[in-house]
Amino acid sequence: MQLEGQIRIPSGCAISAIISKEGNRMTGEKIIQSMIPMHDRSNGLGGGFAAYGIYPEYRDFYAFHIFFQDDSCRVECEKFLKDSFEIVKAETIPYRKIPEITDIPLIWRYYVAPLSSILSRLQLDEKEYVARCVMQINTRISGAYVFSSGKNMGTFKAVGFPEDVGRFYRLDEYEAYAWTAHGRYPTNTPGWWGGAHPFTLLDYSIVHNGEISSYDANRRFIEMFGYKCTLQTDTEVIAYIADYLLRRQGLTLEETASVIAAPFWSDIEQKDPKTAEQLTFLRKVYSNLLITGPFSIILGFNGGLMALNDRLKLRSMVVADKDDKVFIASEEAAIRVMEPDAEHIYAPAGGEPVIIKVKEGAY
Amino acid sequence: MVIDAKDMSFTTLNEQLRSAGEECEINGCIGQRFIAAGNGTQTITINGVPGNALGAYLTGAKIIVNGNAQDAVGDTMNSGTITIHGNIGDAAGYAMRGGQIYIKGNAGYRAGIHMKAYKEKYPVIVIGGRAGNFLGEYQAGGLIVVLGLNTDGKPIVGGFPCTGMHGGKMVLRGSVEGIHFPHQTNARKATPEDLAELRPYLQTYCSSFDYPLEELLNSEFTVITPNSKNPYKQMYVAN
Repeated sequence: MQLEGQIRIPSGCAISAIISKEGNRMTGEKIIQSMIPMHDRSNGLGGGFAAYGIYPEYRDFYAFHIFFQDDSCRVECEKFLKDSFEIVKAETIPYRKIPEITDIPLIWRYYVAPLSSILSRLQLDEKEYVARCVMQINTRISGAYVFSSGKNMGTFKAVGFPEDVGRFYRLDEYEAYAWTAHGRYPTNTPGWWGGAHPFTLLDYSIVHNGEISSYDANRRFIEMFGYKCTLQTDTEVIAYIADYLLRRQGLTLEETASVIAAPFWSDIEQKDPKTAEQLTFLRKVYSNLLITGPFSIILGFNGGLMALNDRLKLRSMVVADKDDKVFIASEEAAIRVMEPDAEHIYAPAGGEPVIIKVKEGAY
Repeated sequence: MVIDAKDMSFTTLNEQLRSAGEECEINGCIGQRFIAAGNGTQTITINGVPGNALGAYLTGAKIIVNGNAQDAVGDTMNSGTITIHGNIGDAAGYAMRGGQIYIKGNAGYRAGIHMKAYKEKYPVIVIGGRAGNFLGEYQAGGLIVVLGLNTDGKPIVGGFPCTGMHGGKMVLRGSVEGIHFPHQTNARKATPEDLAELRPYLQTYCSSFDYPLEELLNSEFTVITPNSKNPYKQMYVAN
């Protein structure tokens, strides 16, 4: 099989999300349903979901979801995990065998906690340590790929249409306060399990519709800070940019949005002096993290979601709400499937972030 | 004939539609694409949310949507009428070369991109509310009208209207203060001749959406046109 980077496949994509601001948990059924009217935006080469709040009984542990090509790399990876973490539980992720999903790798889940002795020796913050371990597995252990590494959240992805991927992973049996979903239509690459969206690091997850033209400029910059883009697919770099700006640089979500979808200089000129100064600062300091080309993305994190379009708005995205729930999707039809009576339907402008947070203490 | 579109693929829906006779109603529409693509003579009423490229290449049919529509409505349409009793997504009337689109509410980005006219073919888009950025991008012909009846306080058009416009006409109702039009265009007050041309389209808007015409006309109108017949004449070669 030809992998990412060895073959180019011309291009679409579908994204969708639902979140309860009250932290009410919902099964995966609605989010799976939402992908059905957008079926033709995907081509069966990738589908995936991120779910927040699904592991409350293990909420203090990082939940690693890992694909293994075979048992030998699993043994090698487990040795690394045992040396680096306390593993409180290891299990295979249950799935339903269905004819639509084939070539299934080994899919495991580990709930882990960093060993405090190592943390104090390395003088590292816990999250930084976990992120570095994820990078080590993904770059050094051939055949092993960590595709989810956050606390009390998880991603589920595969090659297939998203509605089939959702059934395959039995997402109707999980309950989350926020779900995101993606249907893939690979733009440059053949599509394999690791290359499906969401892309994640720690609790940050990204689903993306589009094809960014700044990938390599972004990649070169972000790799200076210890991130390794191993998948040759553009969305991966967006996940690492989110982690870098939000966790390591401590930017707010709004500031992060003004870095990656920076306003035009002509727009900055129109702002009041203080705002203009701030925006100019962000554009100058993080000029290498400006993302160009078409994108609509949904960033998931513990406690919320952020939706963002590229500043030229070269991809569609609509937002609506109903009671405690907010819906985001590439098409209104997808929202209507989740909630026929959804209200306040609107299309955010290019570069205008839509940030939804769950009530403090409810997640 | 009535078609229940629930769980129906766009292929099946369009096949049924083509053999549905002159009058047809689609119920439970949920994102099916290409509805009525290339259709002529029919009158089609849609309840629900039609998918992208509604009425693409439309050749004479009349489409009424009782709700919102998604992206690329009337893509490359030739003739006919599309009436949307709601808002519309991005790229409405993309490369439209004839016929009319009436939108009760707002339009997304890039409405009327690449619209063109030729001889008796004269495409018209009337947007009742406001329009997003890049309205009339690369407009080459036809008429785009925005009425600004939106109540959300946002400006009648977003950023960068008329970018690359080199033909046709845009008419905005109400104040255009603060809106920046590119150098190759010319914005002026509407003349009585302009208003006479506009009137039948406004009449259709008002009768479709039950809005008083006098109220619409009781306002200033600004006309934007390219400031020469061929503004890019000297840009690359003399032609």
